[in-house]
Amino acid sequence: MKEIFEILEQNARATPEQISTMVDKPVSEVEKMIRQAEKDGTILKYKTIINWPKLGEGDIWALIEVRVTPQRDVGFDAIAERIYQFPEVYSAYLVSGTCDLAILVKGKNMQEISSFVTEKLAPLERVQSTVTHFLLKRYKENGETFHLPREINKRLPITP
Amino acid sequence: MLNTKSAPTQARDNLISQKVDSLPPSGIRKFFDLLSSVEDVISLGIGEPDFVTPWHIREAGTYSLEKGYTMYTSNSGMLELRQELASYLQLRYRVSYHPEHEILITAGSSEGLDLALRAIINLGDEVIIPDPCYVAYPADVILAGGVPILVPTNEENNFVVRATDIEARITKQTKAILIGYPANPTGAVMSQKEADAIAGLAKKHDLLVISDEIYARLVYGAEHICFPSLPGMKERTILISGFSKSHAMTGWRIGYVAAERRFIQALAKIHQYTMLSAPTMAQMAAIEALRNGESEVEKMVQEYNRRRRLMVKRLNEIGLPCFEPKGAFYAFPSIKATGMNSEEFAEKLLLEEKVAVVPGTAVGPCGEGFVRCCYATSLSNIEEALRRMDRFIRKSRLRSE
Repeated sequence: MKEIFEILEQNARATPEQISTMVDKPVSEVEKMIRQAEKDGTILKYKTIINWPKLGEGDIWALIEVRVTPQRDVGFDAIAERIYQFPEVYSAYLVSGTCDLAILVKGKNMQEISSFVTEKLAPLERVQSTVTHFLLKRYKENGETFHLPREINKRLPITP
Repeated sequence: MLNTKSAPTQARDNLISQKVDSLPPSGIRKFFDLLSSVEDVISLGIGEPDFVTPWHIREAGTYSLEKGYTMYTSNSGMLELRQELASYLQLRYRVSYHPEHEILITAGSSEGLDLALRAIINLGDEVIIPDPCYVAYPADVILAGGVPILVPTNEENNFVVRATDIEARITKQTKAILIGYPANPTGAVMSQKEADAIAGLAKKHDLLVISDEIYARLVYGAEHICFPSLPGMKERTILISGFSKSHAMTGWRIGYVAAERRFIQALAKIHQYTMLSAPTMAQMAAIEALRNGESEVEKMVQEYNRRRRLMVKRLNEIGLPCFEPKGAFYAFPSIKATGMNSEEFAEKLLLEEKVAVVPGTAVGPCGEGFVRCCYATSLSNIEEALRRMDRFIRKSRLRSE
Protein backbone atom coordinates (compact mmCIF):
# COMPACT_ATOMS: atom_id res chain seq x y z
CA MET A 1 0.00 0.00 0.00
CA LYS A 2 2.32 2.67 -1.37
CA GLU A 3 -0.13 5.48 -0.65
CA ILE A 4 0.29 5.14 3.13
CA PHE A 5 4.00 5.77 2.77
CA GLU A 6 3.47 8.68 0.41
CA ILE A 7 1.24 10.32 3.01
CA LEU A 8 3.75 9.68 5.81
CA GLU A 9 6.59 10.96 3.68
CA GLN A 10 4.72 14.23 3.32
CA ASN A 11 3.60 14.37 6.92
CA ALA A 12 5.26 12.07 9.44
CA ARG A 13 2.74 13.14 12.06
CA ALA A 14 -0.30 11.89 10.15
CA THR A 15 -2.10 9.57 12.56
CA PRO A 16 -3.27 6.07 11.59
CA GLU A 17 -6.85 7.36 11.96
CA GLN A 18 -6.26 10.18 9.48
CA ILE A 19 -4.44 7.91 7.06
CA SER A 20 -7.17 5.31 7.33
CA THR A 21 -9.75 7.89 6.25
CA MET A 22 -7.61 9.21 3.43
CA VAL A 23 -6.92 5.81 1.89
CA ASP A 24 -10.27 4.28 2.87
CA LYS A 25 -8.82 1.28 4.75
CA PRO A 26 -9.53 0.15 8.33
CA VAL A 27 -7.36 1.75 11.03
CA SER A 28 -6.17 -1.64 12.20
CA GLU A 29 -4.88 -2.47 8.75
CA VAL A 30 -3.05 0.85 8.46
CA GLU A 31 -1.51 0.38 11.93
CA LYS A 32 -0.40 -3.11 11.02
CA MET A 33 1.22 -1.95 7.79
CA ILE A 34 3.06 0.87 9.54
CA ARG A 35 4.31 -1.45 12.30
CA GLN A 36 5.46 -3.94 9.71
CA ALA A 37 7.21 -1.22 7.68
CA GLU A 38 8.96 0.08 10.79
CA LYS A 39 10.14 -3.43 11.55
CA ASP A 40 11.34 -4.40 8.09
CA GLY A 41 13.13 -1.11 7.43
CA THR A 42 10.69 0.31 4.84
CA ILE A 43 10.22 3.16 7.26
CA LEU A 44 13.70 4.01 8.53
CA LYS A 45 12.97 6.95 10.76
CA TYR A 46 10.58 9.86 11.35
CA LYS A 47 12.30 13.20 10.98
CA THR A 48 11.52 16.88 10.91
CA ILE A 49 12.89 19.31 8.36
CA ILE A 50 14.15 22.36 10.25
CA ASN A 51 14.99 25.60 8.54
CA TRP A 52 18.09 26.19 10.70
CA PRO A 53 19.29 29.34 8.97
CA LYS A 54 16.01 30.89 10.10
CA LEU A 55 17.19 30.50 13.70
CA GLY A 56 20.41 32.20 12.73
CA GLU A 57 22.27 28.94 13.08
CA GLY A 58 23.81 27.23 10.21
CA ASP A 59 26.24 24.42 9.71
CA ILE A 60 28.67 24.54 6.86
CA TRP A 61 28.01 21.98 4.20
CA ALA A 62 30.16 20.63 1.43
CA LEU A 63 29.54 18.31 -1.45
CA ILE A 64 32.68 16.26 -2.02
CA GLU A 65 33.43 14.28 -5.14
CA VAL A 66 35.68 11.35 -4.29
CA ARG A 67 37.63 9.18 -6.72
CA VAL A 68 38.55 5.81 -5.26
CA THR A 69 40.08 2.51 -6.29
CA PRO A 70 37.55 -0.29 -6.14
CA GLN A 71 38.51 -3.44 -4.33
CA ARG A 72 38.38 -7.03 -5.52
CA ASP A 73 35.17 -8.89 -4.50
CA VAL A 74 33.54 -5.93 -2.78
CA GLY A 75 33.86 -3.26 -5.48
CA PHE A 76 33.14 0.16 -4.08
CA ASP A 77 31.15 -0.98 -1.08
CA ALA A 78 34.02 -1.49 1.35
CA ILE A 79 35.64 1.88 0.75
CA ALA A 80 32.24 3.54 0.70
CA GLU A 81 31.51 2.11 4.14
CA ARG A 82 34.85 3.30 5.49
CA ILE A 83 33.88 6.76 4.36
CA TYR A 84 30.22 6.93 5.30
CA GLN A 85 30.84 5.69 8.84
CA PHE A 86 32.43 9.04 9.68
CA PRO A 87 29.82 11.08 11.54
CA GLU A 88 30.71 14.12 9.45
CA VAL A 89 29.24 12.38 6.41
CA TYR A 90 25.56 13.22 6.11
CA SER A 91 24.80 11.47 2.81
CA ALA A 92 26.85 9.23 0.57
CA TYR A 93 26.19 7.99 -2.94
CA LEU A 94 27.93 5.89 -5.58
CA VAL A 95 27.56 7.87 -8.77
CA SER A 96 28.33 7.63 -12.47
CA GLY A 97 30.49 10.24 -14.19
CA THR A 98 33.87 11.70 -13.40
CA CYS A 99 33.97 10.65 -9.74
CA ASP A 100 32.95 7.47 -7.96
CA LEU A 101 31.45 8.62 -4.69
CA ALA A 102 29.59 11.82 -3.93
CA ILE A 103 29.28 12.67 -0.26
CA LEU A 104 27.56 15.43 1.58
CA VAL A 105 29.52 16.57 4.64
CA LYS A 106 28.40 18.73 7.52
CA GLY A 107 30.64 20.76 9.82
CA LYS A 108 30.44 23.61 12.31
CA ASN A 109 32.76 25.74 10.25
CA MET A 110 34.99 25.59 7.23
CA GLN A 111 37.92 24.52 9.36
CA GLU A 112 36.10 21.43 10.53
CA ILE A 113 35.34 20.35 7.00
CA SER A 114 38.81 20.97 5.69
CA SER A 115 40.37 18.99 8.52
CA PHE A 116 37.94 16.17 7.77
CA VAL A 117 39.07 16.16 4.16
CA THR A 118 42.79 16.56 4.77
CA GLU A 119 43.14 14.40 7.87
CA LYS A 120 40.54 11.72 7.44
CA LEU A 121 39.24 11.39 3.91
CA ALA A 122 42.17 12.14 1.63
CA PRO A 123 44.69 9.98 3.53
CA LEU A 124 42.54 6.85 3.12
CA GLU A 125 44.49 4.30 1.15
CA ARG A 126 41.99 3.81 -1.63
CA VAL A 127 41.06 7.44 -2.05
CA GLN A 128 42.76 8.83 -5.16
CA SER A 129 41.49 12.38 -5.14
CA THR A 130 38.80 14.67 -3.76
CA VAL A 131 37.06 17.80 -5.04
CA THR A 132 35.27 19.83 -2.38
CA HIS A 133 32.35 22.14 -3.20
CA PHE A 134 31.15 24.28 -0.32
CA LEU A 135 27.41 24.93 -0.37
CA LEU A 136 26.72 28.63 -0.68
CA LYS A 137 22.94 28.70 -0.59
CA ARG A 138 20.23 26.11 -0.38
CA TYR A 139 17.16 26.45 -2.55
CA LYS A 140 15.41 23.13 -2.23
CA GLU A 141 15.93 20.04 -0.13
CA ASN A 142 13.96 16.81 0.14
CA GLY A 143 11.35 18.26 -2.17
CA GLU A 144 10.86 21.38 -0.02
CA THR A 145 11.82 24.86 -1.16
CA PHE A 146 13.48 27.11 1.39
CA HIS A 147 13.00 30.62 0.29
CA LEU A 148 9.38 30.94 -0.69
CA PRO A 149 6.82 31.41 2.03
CA ARG A 150 5.10 28.06 2.50
CA GLU A 151 1.65 28.97 1.32
CA ILE A 152 0.90 32.13 -0.58
CA ASN A 153 -2.82 32.45 -0.82
CA LYS A 154 -3.53 34.17 -4.06
CA ARG A 155 -7.04 32.88 -4.41
CA LEU A 156 -10.12 34.98 -3.90
CA PRO A 157 -11.86 33.99 -0.64
CA ILE A 158 -14.92 32.71 -2.46
CA THR A 159 -15.50 31.82 -6.11
CA PRO A 160 -18.30 30.07 -8.00
CA MET B 1 -25.85 44.22 10.93
CA LEU B 2 -24.61 42.54 7.85
CA ASN B 3 -27.22 41.56 5.40
CA THR B 4 -26.85 38.97 2.69
CA LYS B 5 -30.57 38.66 2.11
CA SER B 6 -31.93 39.78 -1.21
CA ALA B 7 -31.10 43.36 -2.05
CA PRO B 8 -33.89 45.93 -1.69
CA THR B 9 -35.73 46.52 -4.92
CA GLN B 10 -34.22 49.46 -6.67
CA ALA B 11 -35.66 51.77 -9.24
CA ARG B 12 -35.00 50.56 -12.74
CA ASP B 13 -32.05 52.18 -14.48
CA ASN B 14 -33.18 53.07 -17.95
CA LEU B 15 -29.64 53.28 -19.24
CA ILE B 16 -29.08 49.62 -18.49
CA SER B 17 -30.74 46.93 -20.58
CA GLN B 18 -33.84 45.58 -18.88
CA LYS B 19 -32.56 42.05 -19.22
CA VAL B 20 -29.36 42.84 -17.36
CA ASP B 21 -31.01 45.17 -14.91
CA SER B 22 -33.46 42.53 -13.77
CA LEU B 23 -30.84 39.80 -13.53
CA PRO B 24 -30.31 39.04 -9.83
CA PRO B 25 -26.70 39.34 -8.63
CA SER B 26 -24.96 36.04 -8.03
CA GLY B 27 -25.73 34.71 -4.54
CA ILE B 28 -22.07 33.89 -4.24
CA ARG B 29 -21.15 37.46 -4.99
CA LYS B 30 -23.38 38.71 -2.17
CA PHE B 31 -21.63 36.37 0.22
CA PHE B 32 -18.26 37.53 -1.04
CA ASP B 33 -18.91 41.04 0.24
CA LEU B 34 -19.78 39.76 3.68
CA LEU B 35 -16.69 37.58 3.67
CA SER B 36 -14.40 40.46 2.87
CA SER B 37 -15.33 42.07 6.18
CA VAL B 38 -14.09 39.15 8.30
CA GLU B 39 -10.42 38.40 8.83
CA ASP B 40 -8.51 35.10 9.12
CA VAL B 41 -11.21 33.05 7.51
CA ILE B 42 -10.71 29.43 6.49
CA SER B 43 -12.57 29.32 3.24
CA LEU B 44 -14.28 26.19 1.98
CA GLY B 45 -16.00 28.45 -0.52
CA ILE B 46 -13.35 28.67 -3.20
CA GLY B 47 -14.41 26.82 -6.32
CA GLU B 48 -10.99 26.43 -7.86
CA PRO B 49 -7.94 24.22 -7.36
CA ASP B 50 -5.53 25.27 -4.61
CA PHE B 51 -2.67 23.86 -6.66
CA VAL B 52 -0.63 26.20 -8.77
CA THR B 53 -0.50 25.18 -12.45
CA PRO B 54 2.17 22.45 -12.77
CA TRP B 55 5.57 23.95 -13.42
CA HIS B 56 6.14 22.41 -16.85
CA ILE B 57 2.91 24.04 -18.08
CA ARG B 58 3.79 27.43 -16.59
CA GLU B 59 7.22 27.08 -18.15
CA ALA B 60 5.65 26.45 -21.57
CA GLY B 61 3.57 29.61 -21.14
CA THR B 62 6.64 31.63 -20.18
CA TYR B 63 8.60 30.20 -23.08
CA SER B 64 5.86 31.18 -25.54
CA LEU B 65 6.18 34.79 -24.36
CA GLU B 66 9.96 34.67 -24.67
CA LYS B 67 9.62 33.40 -28.21
CA GLY B 68 7.30 36.26 -29.01
CA TYR B 69 3.98 34.45 -29.41
CA THR B 70 2.04 37.56 -28.53
CA MET B 71 -0.33 37.85 -31.49
CA TYR B 72 -3.83 36.51 -32.18
CA THR B 73 -4.13 32.93 -33.29
CA SER B 74 -6.69 31.77 -35.83
CA ASN B 75 -10.25 32.31 -34.57
CA SER B 76 -10.73 28.62 -33.88
CA GLY B 77 -7.47 28.39 -31.97
CA MET B 78 -4.09 26.87 -32.83
CA LEU B 79 -4.53 23.82 -35.02
CA GLU B 80 -1.86 22.01 -33.05
CA LEU B 81 -3.94 22.36 -29.89
CA ARG B 82 -7.11 21.25 -31.66
CA GLN B 83 -5.26 18.21 -32.97
CA GLU B 84 -4.03 17.34 -29.49
CA LEU B 85 -7.58 17.71 -28.19
CA ALA B 86 -9.03 15.53 -30.94
CA SER B 87 -6.67 12.69 -30.12
CA TYR B 88 -7.19 13.21 -26.38
CA LEU B 89 -10.97 12.90 -26.72
CA GLN B 90 -10.57 9.91 -29.03
CA LEU B 91 -8.18 8.08 -26.74
CA ARG B 92 -9.92 8.84 -23.47
CA TYR B 93 -13.60 8.76 -24.39
CA ARG B 94 -13.73 7.11 -27.82
CA VAL B 95 -15.42 10.02 -29.46
CA SER B 96 -13.93 11.49 -32.63
CA TYR B 97 -13.94 15.12 -33.59
CA HIS B 98 -12.36 16.56 -36.69
CA PRO B 99 -9.66 18.94 -35.40
CA GLU B 100 -10.29 21.48 -38.15
CA HIS B 101 -14.07 21.63 -38.16
CA GLU B 102 -15.37 20.27 -34.90
CA ILE B 103 -13.29 21.88 -32.17
CA LEU B 104 -13.22 25.51 -31.07
CA ILE B 105 -10.75 26.90 -28.51
CA THR B 106 -12.41 29.35 -26.12
CA ALA B 107 -11.37 31.71 -23.34
CA GLY B 108 -12.31 29.26 -20.59
CA SER B 109 -15.28 26.93 -20.67
CA SER B 110 -17.43 29.85 -19.53
CA GLU B 111 -17.07 31.45 -22.94
CA GLY B 112 -17.92 28.12 -24.54
CA LEU B 113 -21.14 27.90 -22.56
CA ASP B 114 -22.15 31.44 -23.46
CA LEU B 115 -21.40 30.82 -27.15
CA ALA B 116 -23.33 27.57 -27.20
CA LEU B 117 -26.42 29.15 -25.65
CA ARG B 118 -26.34 32.22 -27.86
CA ALA B 119 -25.80 30.09 -30.95
CA ILE B 120 -28.86 27.90 -30.44
CA ILE B 121 -31.43 29.97 -28.55
CA ASN B 122 -34.24 31.90 -30.22
CA LEU B 123 -36.07 34.40 -28.08
CA GLY B 124 -38.23 32.50 -25.60
CA ASP B 125 -36.67 29.08 -26.15
CA GLU B 126 -36.56 26.99 -23.01
CA VAL B 127 -33.45 25.33 -21.66
CA ILE B 128 -33.81 22.66 -19.02
CA ILE B 129 -31.32 22.86 -16.16
CA PRO B 130 -30.99 20.70 -13.04
CA ASP B 131 -31.39 22.56 -9.75
CA PRO B 132 -29.07 23.17 -7.90
CA CYS B 133 -26.53 23.94 -10.57
CA TYR B 134 -23.52 26.06 -11.39
CA VAL B 135 -24.46 29.70 -10.73
CA ALA B 136 -23.94 30.86 -14.29
CA TYR B 137 -26.31 28.42 -16.05
CA PRO B 138 -29.67 30.19 -15.56
CA ALA B 139 -28.12 33.65 -15.99
CA ASP B 140 -26.38 32.67 -19.23
CA VAL B 141 -29.65 31.27 -20.61
CA ILE B 142 -31.47 34.50 -19.76
CA LEU B 143 -28.72 36.63 -21.32
CA ALA B 144 -28.99 34.56 -24.49
CA GLY B 145 -32.70 35.36 -24.64
CA GLY B 146 -33.89 31.99 -23.39
CA VAL B 147 -35.92 30.84 -20.43
CA PRO B 148 -34.23 28.61 -17.87
CA ILE B 149 -36.48 25.78 -16.68
CA LEU B 150 -35.17 24.38 -13.41
CA VAL B 151 -35.68 20.69 -12.68
CA PRO B 152 -35.40 19.88 -8.98
CA THR B 153 -32.95 17.23 -7.89
CA ASN B 154 -32.54 15.89 -4.39
CA GLU B 155 -30.35 13.79 -2.15
CA GLU B 156 -32.44 10.64 -2.67
CA ASN B 157 -31.22 10.68 -6.27
CA ASN B 158 -27.74 11.84 -5.23
CA PHE B 159 -28.53 15.12 -6.97
CA VAL B 160 -28.54 13.62 -10.45
CA VAL B 161 -31.40 14.87 -12.58
CA ARG B 162 -33.92 12.15 -13.52
CA ALA B 163 -35.07 11.76 -17.10
CA THR B 164 -38.71 11.49 -15.97
CA ASP B 165 -38.45 14.82 -14.16
CA ILE B 166 -36.99 16.39 -17.28
CA GLU B 167 -39.68 14.90 -19.50
CA ALA B 168 -42.42 16.37 -17.33
CA ARG B 169 -41.08 19.83 -18.16
CA ILE B 170 -40.61 19.49 -21.89
CA THR B 171 -42.80 21.85 -23.91
CA LYS B 172 -42.92 23.00 -27.53
CA GLN B 173 -40.45 25.72 -26.57
CA THR B 174 -37.84 23.33 -25.15
CA LYS B 175 -34.63 23.59 -27.11
CA ALA B 176 -31.95 21.99 -25.04
CA ILE B 177 -30.97 20.26 -21.84
CA LEU B 178 -27.99 21.80 -20.08
CA ILE B 179 -26.18 19.43 -17.75
CA GLY B 180 -22.88 19.57 -15.93
CA TYR B 181 -21.57 16.33 -14.43
CA PRO B 182 -19.46 15.90 -12.34
CA ALA B 183 -21.46 18.66 -10.74
CA ASN B 184 -20.70 21.93 -9.09
CA PRO B 185 -22.06 22.36 -6.34
CA THR B 186 -22.99 18.82 -5.34
CA GLY B 187 -20.09 16.63 -6.49
CA ALA B 188 -22.62 14.32 -8.14
CA VAL B 189 -21.64 12.14 -11.10
CA MET B 190 -23.96 10.55 -13.62
CA SER B 191 -24.23 6.78 -13.93
CA GLN B 192 -24.39 5.02 -17.27
CA LYS B 193 -28.08 4.30 -16.74
CA GLU B 194 -28.93 7.90 -15.89
CA ALA B 195 -26.97 9.20 -18.86
CA ASP B 196 -28.64 6.71 -21.22
CA ALA B 197 -32.07 7.80 -20.02
CA ILE B 198 -31.32 11.47 -20.73
CA ALA B 199 -29.85 10.55 -24.12
CA GLY B 200 -33.02 8.62 -24.98
CA LEU B 201 -35.10 11.61 -24.03
CA ALA B 202 -33.04 13.98 -26.17
CA LYS B 203 -33.55 11.70 -29.16
CA LYS B 204 -37.23 11.18 -28.50
CA HIS B 205 -37.99 14.90 -28.28
CA ASP B 206 -35.31 16.06 -30.72
CA LEU B 207 -33.47 18.16 -28.15
CA LEU B 208 -29.92 19.37 -27.98
CA VAL B 209 -27.74 18.56 -25.00
CA ILE B 210 -25.15 21.00 -23.76
CA SER B 211 -22.79 18.97 -21.63
CA ASP B 212 -20.43 20.94 -19.41
CA GLU B 213 -17.68 18.46 -18.53
CA ILE B 214 -15.17 20.82 -16.96
CA TYR B 215 -14.80 18.45 -13.97
CA ALA B 216 -14.47 15.30 -16.13
CA ARG B 217 -11.03 14.42 -14.83
CA LEU B 218 -11.94 14.82 -11.17
CA VAL B 219 -13.78 11.56 -10.48
CA TYR B 220 -13.13 9.16 -7.64
CA GLY B 221 -13.96 5.50 -7.96
CA ALA B 222 -16.37 6.31 -10.77
CA GLU B 223 -16.04 6.33 -14.52
CA HIS B 224 -16.73 9.67 -16.21
CA ILE B 225 -19.32 9.37 -18.94
CA CYS B 226 -18.54 11.68 -21.81
CA PHE B 227 -22.02 12.52 -23.04
CA PRO B 228 -21.29 12.75 -26.81
CA SER B 229 -19.73 9.28 -26.66
CA LEU B 230 -23.18 7.76 -26.05
CA PRO B 231 -24.75 6.20 -29.15
CA GLY B 232 -26.34 8.82 -31.40
CA MET B 233 -25.40 11.67 -29.07
CA LYS B 234 -22.45 13.24 -30.83
CA GLU B 235 -24.73 14.80 -33.42
CA ARG B 236 -26.91 16.48 -30.81
CA THR B 237 -24.41 17.31 -28.06
CA ILE B 238 -22.29 20.39 -27.59
CA LEU B 239 -19.42 19.34 -25.36
CA ILE B 240 -17.89 22.05 -23.23
CA SER B 241 -14.72 21.62 -21.26
CA GLY B 242 -11.35 23.14 -20.48
CA PHE B 243 -8.18 23.01 -18.47
CA SER B 244 -9.09 25.02 -15.38
CA LYS B 245 -9.99 22.17 -13.06
CA SER B 246 -8.01 19.27 -14.51
CA HIS B 247 -4.72 21.14 -14.81
CA ALA B 248 -5.27 23.86 -12.20
CA MET B 249 -5.34 26.56 -14.88
CA THR B 250 -8.28 28.77 -13.86
CA GLY B 251 -6.48 32.07 -14.37
CA TRP B 252 -5.28 31.21 -17.87
CA ARG B 253 -8.82 31.31 -19.29
CA ILE B 254 -8.51 28.39 -21.67
CA GLY B 255 -11.22 25.95 -22.66
CA TYR B 256 -12.79 24.34 -25.68
CA VAL B 257 -16.02 23.29 -27.33
CA ALA B 258 -16.39 20.13 -29.39
CA ALA B 259 -19.44 19.47 -31.53
CA GLU B 260 -20.50 18.72 -35.06
CA ARG B 261 -19.44 21.15 -37.74
CA ARG B 262 -22.70 23.09 -38.04
CA PHE B 263 -22.66 23.91 -34.33
CA ILE B 264 -18.98 24.84 -34.25
CA GLN B 265 -19.52 27.10 -37.28
CA ALA B 266 -22.33 28.89 -35.48
CA LEU B 267 -20.37 29.24 -32.24
CA ALA B 268 -17.26 30.36 -34.13
CA LYS B 269 -19.27 33.12 -35.78
CA ILE B 270 -20.03 34.70 -32.39
CA HIS B 271 -16.53 33.96 -31.11
CA GLN B 272 -14.88 35.73 -34.05
CA TYR B 273 -16.93 38.87 -33.47
CA THR B 274 -16.50 38.91 -29.71
CA MET B 275 -13.40 37.10 -28.44
CA LEU B 276 -11.43 36.76 -31.70
CA SER B 277 -9.20 34.12 -30.23
CA ALA B 278 -8.35 32.59 -26.87
CA PRO B 279 -5.16 33.88 -25.19
CA THR B 280 -2.19 32.68 -27.23
CA MET B 281 0.07 32.06 -24.25
CA ALA B 282 -2.64 29.94 -22.67
CA GLN B 283 -3.06 27.92 -25.85
CA MET B 284 0.66 27.14 -25.90
CA ALA B 285 0.49 26.11 -22.26
CA ALA B 286 -2.54 23.92 -22.97
CA ILE B 287 -0.63 22.05 -25.68
CA GLU B 288 2.04 21.24 -23.10
CA ALA B 289 -0.66 20.23 -20.61
CA LEU B 290 -2.11 17.72 -23.05
CA ARG B 291 1.25 16.34 -24.15
CA ASN B 292 2.97 15.95 -20.81
CA GLY B 293 0.48 16.74 -18.08
CA GLU B 294 -1.03 13.36 -17.33
CA SER B 295 1.06 12.41 -14.30
CA GLU B 296 0.44 15.79 -12.67
CA VAL B 297 -3.30 15.41 -13.20
CA GLU B 298 -3.22 11.99 -11.58
CA LYS B 299 -1.25 13.32 -8.61
CA MET B 300 -3.77 16.10 -8.03
CA VAL B 301 -6.71 13.72 -8.35
CA GLN B 302 -5.15 11.40 -5.78
CA GLU B 303 -4.65 14.29 -3.40
CA TYR B 304 -8.24 15.53 -3.88
CA ASN B 305 -9.47 12.03 -3.19
CA ARG B 306 -7.72 11.90 0.20
CA ARG B 307 -9.18 15.25 1.16
CA ARG B 308 -12.60 14.21 -0.09
CA ARG B 309 -12.65 11.13 2.12
CA LEU B 310 -11.54 13.14 5.11
CA MET B 311 -14.13 15.87 4.56
CA VAL B 312 -17.06 13.55 3.93
CA LYS B 313 -16.25 11.40 6.95
CA ARG B 314 -15.87 14.39 9.26
CA LEU B 315 -19.05 16.06 7.99
CA ASN B 316 -21.04 12.94 8.74
CA GLU B 317 -19.38 12.62 12.15
CA ILE B 318 -20.27 16.13 13.25
CA GLY B 319 -23.90 15.65 12.30
CA LEU B 320 -24.07 17.15 8.83
CA PRO B 321 -25.13 14.16 6.73
CA CYS B 322 -23.49 14.11 3.36
CA PHE B 323 -23.96 11.71 0.45
CA GLU B 324 -20.77 10.50 -1.15
CA PRO B 325 -19.72 12.98 -3.84
CA LYS B 326 -17.83 11.06 -6.51
CA GLY B 327 -16.69 13.96 -8.64
CA ALA B 328 -15.47 17.56 -8.80
CA PHE B 329 -14.17 18.86 -5.44
CA TYR B 330 -17.31 19.64 -3.51
CA ALA B 331 -19.22 18.06 -0.67
CA PHE B 332 -22.83 19.10 -0.27
CA PRO B 333 -23.91 18.28 3.28
CA SER B 334 -27.40 18.78 4.63
CA ILE B 335 -27.67 21.33 7.43
CA LYS B 336 -31.38 20.75 8.03
CA ALA B 337 -30.77 19.16 11.44
CA THR B 338 -29.43 22.47 12.75
CA GLY B 339 -32.80 24.12 12.23
CA MET B 340 -31.19 26.96 10.33
CA ASN B 341 -31.67 27.78 6.69
CA SER B 342 -28.68 27.80 4.37
CA GLU B 343 -27.98 31.50 4.41
CA GLU B 344 -28.39 31.76 8.15
CA PHE B 345 -26.06 28.81 8.66
CA ALA B 346 -23.40 30.16 6.32
CA GLU B 347 -23.59 33.66 7.77
CA LYS B 348 -23.45 32.59 11.41
CA LEU B 349 -20.69 30.07 10.75
CA LEU B 350 -18.66 32.79 9.12
CA LEU B 351 -19.19 35.38 11.85
CA GLU B 352 -18.89 33.00 14.82
CA GLU B 353 -16.25 30.55 13.67
CA LYS B 354 -14.68 32.20 10.64
CA VAL B 355 -15.34 29.38 8.26
CA ALA B 356 -16.76 30.20 4.84
CA VAL B 357 -19.06 27.82 3.00
CA VAL B 358 -21.44 28.61 0.16
CA PRO B 359 -25.13 28.61 1.11
CA GLY B 360 -27.01 26.11 -1.04
CA THR B 361 -29.57 28.71 -2.01
CA ALA B 362 -26.88 30.62 -3.87
CA VAL B 363 -26.85 27.76 -6.38
CA GLY B 364 -30.57 27.18 -6.77
CA PRO B 365 -33.78 26.90 -4.75
CA CYS B 366 -33.22 23.16 -4.25
CA GLY B 367 -29.98 24.02 -2.48
CA GLU B 368 -32.01 25.15 0.54
CA GLY B 369 -31.00 23.03 3.52
CA PHE B 370 -27.52 22.40 2.15
CA VAL B 371 -24.16 24.15 1.97
CA ARG B 372 -21.34 23.68 -0.48
CA CYS B 373 -17.98 22.80 1.06
CA CYS B 374 -15.04 22.73 -1.30
CA TYR B 375 -12.17 20.41 -0.40
CA ALA B 376 -9.69 21.99 -2.81
CA THR B 377 -7.74 23.26 0.18
CA SER B 378 -5.02 21.79 2.39
CA LEU B 379 -5.71 18.84 4.70
CA SER B 380 -4.87 20.98 7.71
CA ASN B 381 -7.37 23.63 6.59
CA ILE B 382 -10.04 20.97 6.16
CA GLU B 383 -9.36 19.55 9.61
CA GLU B 384 -9.39 22.94 11.30
CA ALA B 385 -12.52 24.04 9.42
CA LEU B 386 -14.35 20.89 10.46
CA ARG B 387 -13.26 21.33 14.08
CA ARG B 388 -14.75 24.81 14.04
CA MET B 389 -17.93 23.62 12.35
CA ASP B 390 -18.27 20.91 15.00
CA ARG B 391 -17.98 23.55 17.74
CA PHE B 392 -20.46 25.79 15.93
CA ILE B 393 -23.05 23.02 15.68
CA ARG B 394 -22.68 22.05 19.34
CA LYS B 395 -23.07 25.66 20.43
CA SER B 396 -26.14 26.27 18.31
CA ARG B 397 -27.68 23.03 19.57
CA LEU B 398 -27.20 24.20 23.17
CA ARG B 399 -28.74 27.55 22.35
CA SER B 400 -31.85 26.04 20.84
CA GLU B 401 -32.37 23.66 23.78
